[in-house]
Amino acid sequence: MNALVESGPAILFYVFAAIALVGAVGVVTLRNPIYGALCLLATFLSIAALFLLRHAEFVAIVQIFVYGGGIMVLFLFVIMLVNLHRLRESRLFNGPLPVVIVLAVLLLGLFGWVFVQVHFDPADAHPALFTSFVDQQGQLHEQAGNTQAVAWALYTRNLLPFEIASIFLLVAMIGAVVLGRRQ
Amino acid sequence: MLEITTNHFLVLSFLLFVIGLVGIITRRNMITVLMSIELVLNSVNLNLIAFSYQLSDLTGQIFAIFTITVAAGEAAVGLGILIAFFRLHDTANLDAAVELKG
Repeated sequence: MNALVESGPAILFYVFAAIALVGAVGVVTLRNPIYGALCLLATFLSIAALFLLRHAEFVAIVQIFVYGGGIMVLFLFVIMLVNLHRLRESRLFNGPLPVVIVLAVLLLGLFGWVFVQVHFDPADAHPALFTSFVDQQGQLHEQAGNTQAVAWALYTRNLLPFEIASIFLLVAMIGAVVLGRRQ
Repeated sequence: MLEITTNHFLVLSFLLFVIGLVGIITRRNMITVLMSIELVLNSVNLNLIAFSYQLSDLTGQIFAIFTITVAAGEAAVGLGILIAFFRLHDTANLDAAVELKG
């Protein structure tokens, strides 16, 4: 029982990794885009769970909100907007499938070999670092929570990228509206 | 006792990347191609978070948030292009996009 509790994170990792991989394969292989979108949702949510295992609580919640909420609704909306009957494909894949599979296996083998060669030490991570920040007076706040720590890093050291991201979102919004307008 | 290392995350993220890449290159349905792009971006995020933990540095998490922002903008513009394309050609099949072919 104790061993089960100790290896709990590992078990959770394998469970969610399996869900993510099955969902990803579903996205690429399923014929109906609606089923593909639902598989994609499963992948997004299990990746959010994997973020939690690496002490990225805020990013996990953002992942669920933005991917599971926003992007997913956008995809489902567009799938319903375009006529599904016209989406039916006679051939699912472009090009000869054996060639594709051989290329994918080659790529997998190449990078898999690199992964076997490169070894990372077990992370001597300090999870406390992800929940603490230093304020303007130079005072260290421990156990402040991941959201506060991310906010301090985002609004002090990374303020310029943050503003650029807001301009990017504005441009993307205008672009989407212009593209979607009926001429 | 089982333990999870950064390598586990790297292998998972790489598998997701390859699956997404195969989808981008081979599928003929535009919506599925866009969803495969989201898969690839997600695998990159997984890498960033794993290395953020390995190096005990919050910057990886910040970068992952920016990646999610860019992915949201990309999805909005990509689906806008898809709608415009569908209006023009009455199909979402990528083989119909031949205007720029010489």
